[in-house]
Amino acid sequence: MKFGRMKSHRRNRLLLIVFIVCAAGGATTFALFALNENINLFYSPDQIAQGEAPVGKTIRAGGMVQDDSVTRTGEGLGVSFVISDMKSAQVTVEFEGILPDMFREGQGVIALGQLNSEGVFVAEEVLAKHDENYMPPEVAAALEEAHESGVDTGQKAGYE
Amino acid sequence: MIPEFGHFSLILALGLSLALTVLPALGVYRRDALLMQTGPSIATGLFVFLAFSFGCLVYSFVQDDFSVAYVANNSNSALPLQYKISAVWGAHEGSFLLWTLIASGWTLAVAVFSRGLTFDMKARVLSVLGLLCTGFALFLLFTSNPFDRNLPFHPADGADLNPLLQDFGLIVHPPMLYMGYVGFAVPFALAIATLTTGRLDAAWARWSRPWTNAAWAFLTVGITLGSWWAYYELGWGGWWFWDAVENASFMPWLVGTALIHSLAASEKRGVFKSWTVLLAISTFSLSLLGAFLVRSGVLTSVHAFAVDPTRGLFILIFLVLVIGGSLTLYAFKASGIKSEAQFEWNSREAMLLINNLLLVVATASVLLGTLYPLLYEVITDGKKISVGPPYFNRVFVPIVCLLFVAMVVAPFSRWRKTSGEILIRQHWPFLLATPVVVCLVTYLVTAGIDLIAVGVETLAVWILVMLVRHWWQAGSIRSASQLGMMLGHAGIAVAILGVVVTITYSEGRDVRMNPGDSLDLAGYEFTFEGVQKVRGPNYLADQAEFNVTKGGEYVATLRPEKRFYSVAQNVMTEADMDPGLLRDVYVALGEKVGDSAWAVRVHVKPFVRWIWLGGLLIALGGFVTLLDKRYRRVREPVSNNALGSAA
Repeated sequence: MKFGRMKSHRRNRLLLIVFIVCAAGGATTFALFALNENINLFYSPDQIAQGEAPVGKTIRAGGMVQDDSVTRTGEGLGVSFVISDMKSAQVTVEFEGILPDMFREGQGVIALGQLNSEGVFVAEEVLAKHDENYMPPEVAAALEEAHESGVDTGQKAGYE
Repeated sequence: MIPEFGHFSLILALGLSLALTVLPALGVYRRDALLMQTGPSIATGLFVFLAFSFGCLVYSFVQDDFSVAYVANNSNSALPLQYKISAVWGAHEGSFLLWTLIASGWTLAVAVFSRGLTFDMKARVLSVLGLLCTGFALFLLFTSNPFDRNLPFHPADGADLNPLLQDFGLIVHPPMLYMGYVGFAVPFALAIATLTTGRLDAAWARWSRPWTNAAWAFLTVGITLGSWWAYYELGWGGWWFWDAVENASFMPWLVGTALIHSLAASEKRGVFKSWTVLLAISTFSLSLLGAFLVRSGVLTSVHAFAVDPTRGLFILIFLVLVIGGSLTLYAFKASGIKSEAQFEWNSREAMLLINNLLLVVATASVLLGTLYPLLYEVITDGKKISVGPPYFNRVFVPIVCLLFVAMVVAPFSRWRKTSGEILIRQHWPFLLATPVVVCLVTYLVTAGIDLIAVGVETLAVWILVMLVRHWWQAGSIRSASQLGMMLGHAGIAVAILGVVVTITYSEGRDVRMNPGDSLDLAGYEFTFEGVQKVRGPNYLADQAEFNVTKGGEYVATLRPEKRFYSVAQNVMTEADMDPGLLRDVYVALGEKVGDSAWAVRVHVKPFVRWIWLGGLLIALGGFVTLLDKRYRRVREPVSNNALGSAA
């Protein structure tokens, strides 16, 4: 065996390189697998209304909270509200828990959760930005798209 | 007038930073000692003018000068004084002025505390730092001038500081963080300066170490404060979210940690030198990348500053120049660097190599998760995704667990070669006893055993036990460096314990409560007494009162608030907690959900303080190493007889 006769520092170096390559390869594979399982795609209210979003998979949905749509349901902390792209598409969101401080009607929000078979978005988490001038980029883009493709709603979307 | 002075002073600072870039470098080029020695005085001037400029901005805030747009957007006459001052770095423009001021502060520090450097080296280092300061000053003046006026029609009062930032944590968190980020510019400049000379010797590594340790310790404090602030102010009891901006501060910390360790090997044994240079470049580049991610708005984050594409573009160009330039230089010069020493797989060098590999892989995993949404959007032509915390937990956690395994024995390994036999013979009773004791204690306290939790707790206790055992055996601590290393490692162990115990054994619930209702959680009884209106200096609040008892005995009265800041029309949750070394009892008030009912979040979090206590211990370790006498000595002969001394 050649290996046995190699000078010790050479062998060390070879072992080291093999170790590094294996470790890096393993880590990358593992990381990519984990990444694929844990990405959450964003869908706009329009895409959800059109039936483009998968049912029963964790996704993110975002839009403006429609005025007068927030209602508390039941005896616990259940709440439901409607998000829209300020044009025509609307999606009802149900959530159980405490809404963020900056959540209010007419604000852009992002919800993480799953779409059920009735087309209701059941959220595990609702995010609203802490700064009232800030619009999540996804929501801004969704609004912009709705804006360009249809009639002007006459309202400023707030993504300046 | 004052804001104009500030603006003018900023322009002068830009001129000085240009001079600092050019003159000492020209001196090196022409071998002109006089030109080389201009560095320190220019650096002093640079710092003075930036400090004056910063002072002008502070003055404008204190005087409520709402004709300055930045003041009008981020302050209000009703804001308490301490928050008027901290509002200076509450938004993009002012915080970047602070960043630049700190950069010039580090530059001045290098100019003053550099007796060990040759004139030639000092001139090169200051020139590189001057170049960085020039970039920062240009960015300030052209894209983010905090002194822009609102004339002639300025508002009568300001739009107020974001209420989230009206808090002690936010007074100190950004300055500490920036001290860390910008501090890494010093080892970066040293690496670049050394590359240009082509002489990477032990003196270079020894010289880089205290600066790296100092910057790293500041960054540790900054991240710890940020996590603590998130816990009580923003996170509803969470303390880390794998948010893009948090990751942006965490990545330079991880690579910085690798750099600290590899510098030790480079100094003591002359190994990994070109790798160390690469790490120094990476650490600072990641700091800049962090600044880019936070300030350009390319990523969705709860922390992001307001979006402005020109700023993003400017930082991106700067980033590309810094990374591209330094890597090009590295590519040309690094091949000439040779390692002098050889070592066995069980030596301290090998241990440090493992440390470095794991830390770099861990950083890469965080970087991948942070940038993947951007990549994905480009690849799929506009599809937007987010990467959830489960990704980071599944990839990052196993890697650092391997790191913790290495941490148990690595600090006691020797340079060149370690006898594993001796190590085991000396320590086996402790290595065996620890898991037994941990299992026993866990079982007695929680009446159950969670295998993963017990495993990680055992690792943490092993690290602690081995440190104490080693210290006991040695009878004394050789140097400040060694003490710092032990404190830092102990801090990691304490933080691990905090994280594991908090994650595994915390209990929390969101409930709807009416006054008079009570709730049982983890042995504590929370009684909701009612809500009353309270008036603060610039807000109105609903203040709730909760009585917390355990087994009928009084524990605490907690008064969480829901505040309404009238100027910014912002609602803010102010949680209240009874902190303790062994557990935190935490109550936060949600919204009003009925005629008298409120949404309430209640937590009992064991050991959560240990996370930040550990963070502070780690930082303390970093600061203690600065006291090492070796860094004070002027041009000491390089000792090769460093066997077994502290890393």
